[in-house]
Amino acid sequence: MSPPLLRATGLGKTFGSFCALDDVSLELTPGSVHGLLGENGAGKSTLVKCIMGYHRPDAGHIQLGDQEITPKNPRDAQALGLGMVYQHFTLVANMTVAENLVLSRTQLPLFIDWKKEAEALAAFMATMPFKIDLQATVRMLAAGEKQKLEILKQLYLKSQIIILDEPTSVLTPAEADEVLGMLHGMTRKNELSILIITHKFREVLGFCDEVTVLRRGKQAGRGKVSQLTTNQMAEMMMGSATNLENKRVPASNVNEPRLQVHELTAADDMGVPALCGVSFEVCSGEIVGVAAVAGNGQEELVEVIAGQRIRSGGTLLVHGKDYAATRDQLHDRKVRCLPEEPLRNACVSNMSVAENMAFRSFDRPPFAIARWVLSHRQIRKSADEQQREYGIRAPSMGSPIGTLSGGNVQRAVLARELRGDVEVLIAANPCMGLDFAAVTEIHARIRKARDQGAAVLLVSADLDEVLALADRILVMSEGRVVYETRPETADVTLMGKYMAGHESQESQESPAAAE
Amino acid sequence: MSQPASRLDFEAVLVPLAAIVVSLALFGVFILCNGVSASSVYYEMYRGAFGTWFSTQNSLTRAAPLMLTALCTALPAHLGLVVIGGEGALVLGALASVVAAHLLASFGPWVVLIGMGLTGAAVGALWLGMVGALRTLRGVNETISSLLMNYIAIGVFKQIVEGPMRDPASLNKPSTLPIGDANMLGSLPGMDVHWGLVYGVVACLFSYVLMRRTVFGFSARMVGGNVRAAQLSGISVTKRVIATCMLAGAAGGLAGMTEVAAIHGTANASLICGYGYAGILVAFLARQNPLAVIPVALLLGGISASGGLLQRSLSLPDATVNVLQGILFVVILASETFYGRWKRAPAATVPAPAASVVAEVA
Ligand SMILES: Nc1ncnc2c1ncn2[C@@H]1O[C@H](COP(=O)(O)OP(=O)(O)OP(=O)(O)O)[C@@H](O)[C@H]1O
Ligand SMILES: [Mg+2]
Repeated sequence: MSPPLLRATGLGKTFGSFCALDDVSLELTPGSVHGLLGENGAGKSTLVKCIMGYHRPDAGHIQLGDQEITPKNPRDAQALGLGMVYQHFTLVANMTVAENLVLSRTQLPLFIDWKKEAEALAAFMATMPFKIDLQATVRMLAAGEKQKLEILKQLYLKSQIIILDEPTSVLTPAEADEVLGMLHGMTRKNELSILIITHKFREVLGFCDEVTVLRRGKQAGRGKVSQLTTNQMAEMMMGSATNLENKRVPASNVNEPRLQVHELTAADDMGVPALCGVSFEVCSGEIVGVAAVAGNGQEELVEVIAGQRIRSGGTLLVHGKDYAATRDQLHDRKVRCLPEEPLRNACVSNMSVAENMAFRSFDRPPFAIARWVLSHRQIRKSADEQQREYGIRAPSMGSPIGTLSGGNVQRAVLARELRGDVEVLIAANPCMGLDFAAVTEIHARIRKARDQGAAVLLVSADLDEVLALADRILVMSEGRVVYETRPETADVTLMGKYMAGHESQESQESPAAAE
Repeated sequence: MSQPASRLDFEAVLVPLAAIVVSLALFGVFILCNGVSASSVYYEMYRGAFGTWFSTQNSLTRAAPLMLTALCTALPAHLGLVVIGGEGALVLGALASVVAAHLLASFGPWVVLIGMGLTGAAVGALWLGMVGALRTLRGVNETISSLLMNYIAIGVFKQIVEGPMRDPASLNKPSTLPIGDANMLGSLPGMDVHWGLVYGVVACLFSYVLMRRTVFGFSARMVGGNVRAAQLSGISVTKRVIATCMLAGAAGGLAGMTEVAAIHGTANASLICGYGYAGILVAFLARQNPLAVIPVALLLGGISASGGLLQRSLSLPDATVNVLQGILFVVILASETFYGRWKRAPAATVPAPAASVVAEVA
């Protein structure tokens, strides 16, 4: 059975006095993959949330087949065969794959006959183009498998139209290709229609049939991917011709070691060793990139340096002195951090944007008067200034940071962390979920910090990003640094092998020694 | 954009108000089951709480310790903690202040009162500081530990009052030696309400300013909102938690001191009358806002003051008002789920059922 046509016409949505969507239309042809593009805060998530019944649009109609629909909540949408996969996982980590699938159904009997369900699931799994072990606990799955499970969940719920909101930001390029390729295959069999939000042109060119582009809540263009160039799409997104180049600029002035990590060990949340003796140095004026597949200790490494995790052994020196990430040390040694998932790691979502931007300096003048009294006026003033400089799009600097679009949260954190002198900068997946203009801008700012003498540690799951930015590359696998190389001479296939842990310890000796 | 803010303010007033109306309505049903007319109970309660100058002063006197014990819950709530240890801090603060009074007796009333206040606050601070320390250093759930520590505190209190510190002259009701009439806390000029009311109001104002306008309050709100973000900014979660719990305990200890110095003049079992627990109710009703604690404490003080009149004029049991307090607490906890529901249809949703229930009863 082929999926119905989904058509939204003239959708409008305002939040208070802020217009997030204005007369936007979209048509999802049955059996196609449709890309939804737009810079951060353009209204992409708002548009799909209107379709899924999270938000009620203020204007416009949504049609499914030849019926008009008005889903009041995601469950209504689900019943109509619309499914959504979110940027962040919605799985229960401690349950098995089978349990997650069964519990996702909206209508469950009072008693679940697990034996019968298991048979039904096995039969269902047999018809799918890819397999996941039904008895595996979700916690144990890699990010790519979790994302596949999210998609399987939608297929299990018999969704014929699947909406994906930046599904690939948690995946490595290889995983992303696999997941998207599989979905693409299913649309070719006319079993599914896909609406996908993405910032990556590579994915648009590789997998999408058509695109709709939003700019500041308005429709900025649409068309067939085969008839558009990347530059045309970029122009629709930004409203002007833009430069997509993101060229490497090598470091010019590498000085003394600033950040020294020696034999560092730490355990993860479950108490299992996650860092097993990591040693490296980052010098003033250079960017050291750490490339690793998610879950190989790089998250813990960042947390230890950022003060969010206690190390179990080893030494951590900044400016040659022991470093424990206390507030005074952070301030005196000018250590800053751009963690991944800023809303979870670096912001308090119910405090205002301005307050969030003052986290580094609220206890110093001019924000603190006589060390104790807080000046809300100064906090607001400084945030307003930075809003302009960093182009943070928000209803106001006084609104809770949790209501900002993902990209704008990131900009606010960037503005806070790069303010003033920076001597050590830790950046973890700093561009996850950002549009290409923002990526170019953040890369430029990180390079600028380096050129002004900062020691930068860049941890990224995106190999392209590491290659574009880093002056030296470390590959981590299973809590160890297993390989070191330079971007000019890097062998990407070999790096990929080390990242995947396929290259053995012995054969690793030679390239490392060659350094 | 002022819209969300004004919507929130509007909710912050409307939801508790609706909760109070619903509770009064449910209480009315309970009264009807006792064969008494609900409207006369409401009227008597009003008279007993604020109807006369005498009853108003009685309500104010009862509101004073409630303001302080409410802070035992409201202050840690800014860090995302649910501490219910006000009763323990109050009784131990009271006991410690009596000890201080006896030790300082030779220095004159001023020294005695200041010494009592400081000692009571210090002991309360240590008591709830332990709750905070257990929480951040050992991961012990603060709600359970503060509840259990209430029992320990009451046990210790009774043990000492009925044992080593017992005044041999107190026969039916074991008490300590009185602190002496000269050392009692006086009344506010022109009324029969003791100075503890001023302590309470000042403590609430101080807490409000501390949490909203100071560097300490800002960092505490960071910890309460997202521990990871606070750690990233180098803020010591342990210090903030322990310091805030100690401030909370100090307020509770001070409540105990005022009860001793202004009302009882000695430490005995009358101090264990549930002000600590009623303070939890006040804090939740005030949505943990120290400023809102002041009017809410007056309201609850009024409700408890009216108990006596209900007993006398309608021959209802004295504990009747406790039923209202209980209903209020449950309804308020339930009303938490109504916040943030006004995005689409302002106003119409919650007060409607409340109004109809009232109509039914009246
Ligand atoms: N619940 C809300 N309340 C107020 N404003 C909101 C709300 N949700 C979204 N907005 C605003 O609407 C605009 C569009 O947000 P949306 O999340 O749709 O952007 P987006 O295109 O998905 O961006 P990104 O690529 O960064 O995820 C943003 O400026 C955001 O601040
Ligand atoms: Mg979005």
